[in-house]
Amino acid sequence: MLRELTRGLGTTLKSMFERPVTVQYPEEKRPVRPRFRGRHVLKRYDNGLEKCIGCALCAAACPADAIFVEASENTDEKRFSPGERYASTYEINMLRCIYCGYCEDACPTEAIVLGDNYELSFTDRRDAIYDKNMLLEPAPAGMQTTPQKTPSGVFTRSVPDMKDPQD
Amino acid sequence: MTKQVTLTIDGKQVTVPDGMLVVDAAKEVGIDIPVFCYHPKMEPVGMCRQCLVEIGRPMMDRATGKPILDDKGAPKLQFLPKLETACTNPVSDGMVVYTQSEKAKAGQKANLEFLLTSHPLDCPICDKGGECPLQNLTMAHGPGKSRFLYDEKMHLAKNVPLGDLIFLDQERCIQCARCIRFQDEVAGDAVLGFDERGRSTQIVSLSDPGFDSVFSGNTTDICPVGALTTADFRFGARPWELSSSASICSQCPVGCNITFNTRREAMSDGRIVIKRVMPRQNEEVNEIWICDKGRFAYHYAESEKRLSKPLVRKDGKLSRVSWDAAARAAGEAIAKAKKDLVVLASGRLSNEDLFNLKSLADQMEGKAVLYTHMGGGDLVSLVGVGQGTNFGSMGEGSTIVVVASDLYEEAPIWYLRVKQAAQRGATLIVANPRETKLDRFASFVIRYSYGDEVKTVHDLTKKGKIGDAFVKAENAVILFGSDGLGLDGSTALATACARVLSDTEHIGKPNNGLIGVWPRANDQGAWEIGFRPEENLAGALKGKTVYVVGADPAGDNPALAKALNGAEFVVAQDLLETETTKLADIVLPVQAYTEREGTFTSGERRVQRFYPAVPALDGTKPDFAVTSQVAKEAGVILEGTSASVVFDIMAEDVKSFAGLNYARLAEVKPQWPIVGRGDLYYGGTTYENKHGLGAWLSSAAGRSEKFTLPRVQKVEELRPKEKKLLAVPVTKLYDRGVTVESAKLLNQRIGEAFIALHPSAAEQFGVEAGERVKLSLDGVSEDVVVKIDETISTGVVLVPRSMGLPISAPTEASLKVAKKVAVR
Repeated sequence: MLRELTRGLGTTLKSMFERPVTVQYPEEKRPVRPRFRGRHVLKRYDNGLEKCIGCALCAAACPADAIFVEASENTDEKRFSPGERYASTYEINMLRCIYCGYCEDACPTEAIVLGDNYELSFTDRRDAIYDKNMLLEPAPAGMQTTPQKTPSGVFTRSVPDMKDPQD
Repeated sequence: MTKQVTLTIDGKQVTVPDGMLVVDAAKEVGIDIPVFCYHPKMEPVGMCRQCLVEIGRPMMDRATGKPILDDKGAPKLQFLPKLETACTNPVSDGMVVYTQSEKAKAGQKANLEFLLTSHPLDCPICDKGGECPLQNLTMAHGPGKSRFLYDEKMHLAKNVPLGDLIFLDQERCIQCARCIRFQDEVAGDAVLGFDERGRSTQIVSLSDPGFDSVFSGNTTDICPVGALTTADFRFGARPWELSSSASICSQCPVGCNITFNTRREAMSDGRIVIKRVMPRQNEEVNEIWICDKGRFAYHYAESEKRLSKPLVRKDGKLSRVSWDAAARAAGEAIAKAKKDLVVLASGRLSNEDLFNLKSLADQMEGKAVLYTHMGGGDLVSLVGVGQGTNFGSMGEGSTIVVVASDLYEEAPIWYLRVKQAAQRGATLIVANPRETKLDRFASFVIRYSYGDEVKTVHDLTKKGKIGDAFVKAENAVILFGSDGLGLDGSTALATACARVLSDTEHIGKPNNGLIGVWPRANDQGAWEIGFRPEENLAGALKGKTVYVVGADPAGDNPALAKALNGAEFVVAQDLLETETTKLADIVLPVQAYTEREGTFTSGERRVQRFYPAVPALDGTKPDFAVTSQVAKEAGVILEGTSASVVFDIMAEDVKSFAGLNYARLAEVKPQWPIVGRGDLYYGGTTYENKHGLGAWLSSAAGRSEKFTLPRVQKVEELRPKEKKLLAVPVTKLYDRGVTVESAKLLNQRIGEAFIALHPSAAEQFGVEAGERVKLSLDGVSEDVVVKIDETISTGVVLVPRSMGLPISAPTEASLKVAKKVAVR
């Protein structure tokens, strides 16, 4: 019995000299893993155009029916994304979302990505619905935000040529 | 009966009529042979090569004509060295078909790989994605990978407007020619064609304006890829997000079965709205087609002019009140009026609404007046087409007479089906004072002068080729309209038609009888229930308490506005704010037919149910419920909670509705071709009919009752006088009616108000084609554009209805040149 006691106390003693695992959240934050699934972000191309083409495949894939998409038509005068179609309404209900990442898998343009942000809190149910402005990442430095005025005949393809996913 | 042949498909024995194609025979036993270019409603062409199968035929001994047997006693089979197309090969006795053999599967797979060599695979943004035959068949039969290079795909125009309504995506097109063939074979408007050859082949519109056909929307249904899409639904929603509800088109008396696709929409403040209208199969009514008016003119219920609160006139101004207060005020006025009540309703209302209104009028001993310019519905009740009538079954031995009607403009699907019947061998006689599109398919064209309608119909039984074709025909149907006719003219015409049919014993049987080409969807229902039009409507309204329902007399004709102003009290019940509601004492807002249930009676006297598609606008009620509430305040108890109960009461009360109920109307039976299940590739995106094919009303002739037809009333014939023009009303499909005007897309196709003149009359008045003139009718003038039509008689001017000029019957007109402009 004595042996067990000393062994247990020994463990305690040993851990007193180890580096503590406790993180002083929220002052201190641990980095997330590369494949972490946090709050969604709608990505842009380097030229500032939105990757999202409003196809609603994410909404179709969503097992929690958290995503609502409505599409409209692009023109060269007012272009949001390459090709003919863009999402005029894009909403995710974060209370419904189960962060499964199926939307990411379904997206044909890699527009929707589950990001690093896990700090979501609301005081009202309605605030849990994130609209397109809240989800869309800002345009890259020096690039114009959407809608853009673009030359005709350049952005005719909605879905870019893709490589096999590496990550 | 046609000869039956027995063949074996994938080990299943099938017995089908001789002449059927292998692909159809397979479909009958539930075997799907993939097709793109083949469509069960059109002639096979074998262009896409997708339906490759192995077909073996029994070897015949040339000497004896008997099959050669093998060692086991089974007939020896002979296979061609190559695969054959199932869509071009008719069945034959003893045939053996393999659709799933290694060889057949390899052929189908290779063909799909080939079709996809230049398909853009932009399914995520394609309106067809989710209900696309190419997508589905690729998943089912196609290769997972292509051996062709992605970089070598053709890059073509993604958005080519073929017309105002239909867009072509050149990349997606697989050149199956279904759209071209539909326009040629089915619609009879050959406005599409192929341009260039080989890999550069493209669909082009051959008409000006582009895609000039009122059936253009159907090509998007049968397009097996997303090459043809409608401008209306462009990027509207993904097909799997839509809910569907069965309905009946309310635009014309054909009564096409349709399905409303609805979705909750952020753009419409989160309301559930109709996103598109799709045809629903009913082989006896519209087959699997609908016209563009039915497809695109559904936006009016979303109009900003929708009435949502009951209004009562206080101190000269209409102000909002509660339903109870409005109904009480209306009820009191009606109770006070008693015999002086005039219920003025139109064929826009459902049977249930009209029945409640008629009951109220009867209880008050008032009048139930139908708001229309066309008479003769009571005669159609007597000698209407027999139960089981189907244009689709008419062919050789049948005679179809179309008199005083331009079916293409008034009832497009009847035009299409009459034309098909004529092409199957039916004798088509078109009698019209001017050239119509149907003339091209007619065996006999009779051209008469406006005013000679009755004489023309009488002459049908006279000797000669036309007389023989009509009198000796096994079946005969007459469709009569109101081209150039007012109420008394069309009544006289209907009487003449009814007498001619009755004299030649073409009544009381299927495919025999009279059909009215009414201006509104449920005019026939109103006639059955007992509404009658009034010759002198303005006179009938003066000093009376008028309950106007679903009609806008004040907006249509200034004379009627004056009459309503002179009425004792006006209760207006309508969907939208109109000139009539503006001058009414009480306004009662109602639900659109898309928001409630009910039934319509088609021109062929088929009663069909429609179901609620979208939630009702707050504060509105269905017409029959409003009438019931008003009636209660007037001391009359009417059913007001359930449309089906109103129908049951009506079935007891109105003879022609006897024995019918909602359950009976909802019955369905198997239809051919099989459409709208999991197999979009075969018939297109038409919906399967799961909600009822409707039922026929019985006619007096069908019930073998004794009746006497009235004599033809002598109508005072207005003839063009010296130096004067006789204006005659004609109907246009795209008019300035509220349904077309509120549909943005169709609105552009309305065009300018035009009048048509004979060249000599134009010369006499010194006007030329394309000139803008001022036309005055009954004191109202309107700027119109002149068109020259050589086929009409001199001295008349054709004036379209619902285009700004108040014309309901032939009348005198004067013309003044305004200024010259070019017309499109």
